[in-house]
Amino acid sequence: MSQIKYIAGKEPHANETRVIFKNVDRESWDPSIETYLQDGGYDQQKKAFQMEPGEITAEVKTAGLRGRGGAGFPAGLKWSFLPPNNDKPVYLICNADESEPGTFKDRYIIHQDPHQLIEGMAISCFAVGANLAYIYIREEFPEGAQILETAIAEAHRKGFLGKDILGTGFELEIYVHRGAGAYICGEETGLIESLEGKRPYPRIKPPYFPAAMGLYLCPTIVNNVETLCHVKHIIGMGGENWSKTGTPNNTGTRILCVSGDVEKPGYFEVQVGKVTLGELINDMCGGLKAGRKLKAVIPGGSSAKVLRADETFKLGKDDDAKEISIWDIPMDFDTLAACGSMAGSGGVIIMDDSRSMSWVINNLNNFYAHESCGQCTPCREGSLWMKKITDRVVAGKAAPSDIDQLDAVARNIDGRTICAFGEAASWPTESFVAKFRDELIADTNPELEDAFVNAEALTAAANLK
Amino acid sequence: MALEVPSELEKEIDDRITHYPVSRRSAVLPVLHALQHHFGFISEDSVEWAAAKLELEPIKVLEVVTFYPGFRQSAPGKYHIRVCRTLSCAMAGSYELMDSICKKAEIDRSGVTHHDPIAVSNDGKFSIEFAECLASCGTGPVCLVEDDFHEAVTDVDALLSQYK
Ligand SMILES: Cc1cc2nc3c(=O)[nH]c(=O)nc-3n(C[C@H](O)[C@H](O)[C@H](O)COP(=O)(O)O)c2cc1C
Ligand code: SF4
Ligand code: FES
Repeated sequence: MSQIKYIAGKEPHANETRVIFKNVDRESWDPSIETYLQDGGYDQQKKAFQMEPGEITAEVKTAGLRGRGGAGFPAGLKWSFLPPNNDKPVYLICNADESEPGTFKDRYIIHQDPHQLIEGMAISCFAVGANLAYIYIREEFPEGAQILETAIAEAHRKGFLGKDILGTGFELEIYVHRGAGAYICGEETGLIESLEGKRPYPRIKPPYFPAAMGLYLCPTIVNNVETLCHVKHIIGMGGENWSKTGTPNNTGTRILCVSGDVEKPGYFEVQVGKVTLGELINDMCGGLKAGRKLKAVIPGGSSAKVLRADETFKLGKDDDAKEISIWDIPMDFDTLAACGSMAGSGGVIIMDDSRSMSWVINNLNNFYAHESCGQCTPCREGSLWMKKITDRVVAGKAAPSDIDQLDAVARNIDGRTICAFGEAASWPTESFVAKFRDELIADTNPELEDAFVNAEALTAAANLK
Repeated sequence: MALEVPSELEKEIDDRITHYPVSRRSAVLPVLHALQHHFGFISEDSVEWAAAKLELEPIKVLEVVTFYPGFRQSAPGKYHIRVCRTLSCAMAGSYELMDSICKKAEIDRSGVTHHDPIAVSNDGKFSIEFAECLASCGTGPVCLVEDDFHEAVTDVDALLSQYK
């Protein structure tokens, strides 16, 4: 491994531990199966297919692998929710919708190392007993879909997919299914509806937990691209060894995607919890732009609550309690949750002091208003109200009390909807209002406060689309 | 039904349908993708054709077409452009990129609405719309021209001159 050479200028940072991204930007690497096989490709599938399916799930549990798609749910536990003594077919779906703003990691696995994903999926399918699997890929990755289909055909020809794989009698077909530009297809039950050929209206849980009633109402496992790739390495290293990377309960490596106001945005595979936000920004991304100060960070995809640069965070309880600054936050699931946000999808968006927070939240509210599927009234109407109010704020045509209205609308969405898009849409607004209230209010116009009794102001407000 | 589907395209579509052994209806998206790729957009005839092919009521196809931003119901330009609008790209200048492409390609976006998001240039060569996060936020502003992905787009002349 030590001899791996990377393309000049794209070498991993010294703080990185490349497992999933081992082959990303690697010199003389291509997505063909020959290249993959020369590098020990499909060895873990051969190893796993000698094991009992239950043993594989046990290894994944021992590893402590948590889902990399957003919620951080333990993968092994999810798999064990499949009903026992089930006589229906089981399906596995790889979630390659990669649509959470700020996230750009699955893209590189798909384009540069498709066989890693196929191997991870084959092992996972063997573990859960799935003979049919789909990769749900967003439509905006046309080349990625092509690369995956080529890779699947290659794996077929070499006998890693198809009938009687590696002489085990196990059969598996994987197909690529392209979405059509809707964010809600990343939500697993919306994804399933979409794969059934319908509008991607999410299903209510309970009862529609995919592991119990998923695709075609059969038990279905939905996992993110990165999660499924990790399964291959868990088999390779053994769950126990794998769990020694990262930190307790936050095991393994994960890819952090940094965008926004840093000198060198990019992707970095790090051991979970071993790198702080300060190290990520200053050491790995070359710091902020010259002369700029940090203002805010969205740490886990656009749906994660924003952190303010001058906040402090209390971690731990009682005697062990300590207070840390934003720079000292270790980038792991549990710490970011304790800081009131989440690790989410690994998309870290950095904002410096040149950014207007009204403008930022308005941009995000435009996203959520556009992407709500429209099934639940609080989400459909609320996301549009949040957009319209912040449209007014950035246009200087909002009254100060609009900010309270904005907050109230957001708080009336989360917890009242079919799917977690409700939280995803309201958390940004709730947190921006909580943390940047003064700035939002400063962008409003007090003279509009009595707009409802002031005809002129009312007309001015109504003229806004 | 007026739609003329070349036999090669129909063969490709029939092959796609086999990827869904449990339910033909699952093939709605791939069938529509194939039709849109060939005809440029989804016409009423395409909806009828897809419905007949999949043994569905046409409304079951139409409701899909109208929901997903990836399907369009009117003809785009020869080259369709999608500019990422979302936060990281917006910080990197995607709204400015949109403006300069429109200026250069002579596209008027003033009539654009939520339900009719695409604007076409006067000569029909380019059409454009905003897209939400294209999953390349570290290299913004980004855009898709047809199936080609472009990152860190600063030079609009260089971008558009690739398309004749
Ligand atoms: C609105 C919404 C959008 C989501 N988008 C994605 C996505 O693009 N990719 C993804 O892997 N998971 C996404 N998820 C999470 C999935 O529902 C699901 O939890 C995940 O795919 C499970 O995989 P994991 O356990 O391996 O993380 C989204 C969830 C919500 C609520
Ligand atoms: S919460 Fe929003 S996105 Fe989710 S089902 Fe309800 S309306 Fe649709
Ligand atoms: S914000 Fe443009 S690619 Fe993500």
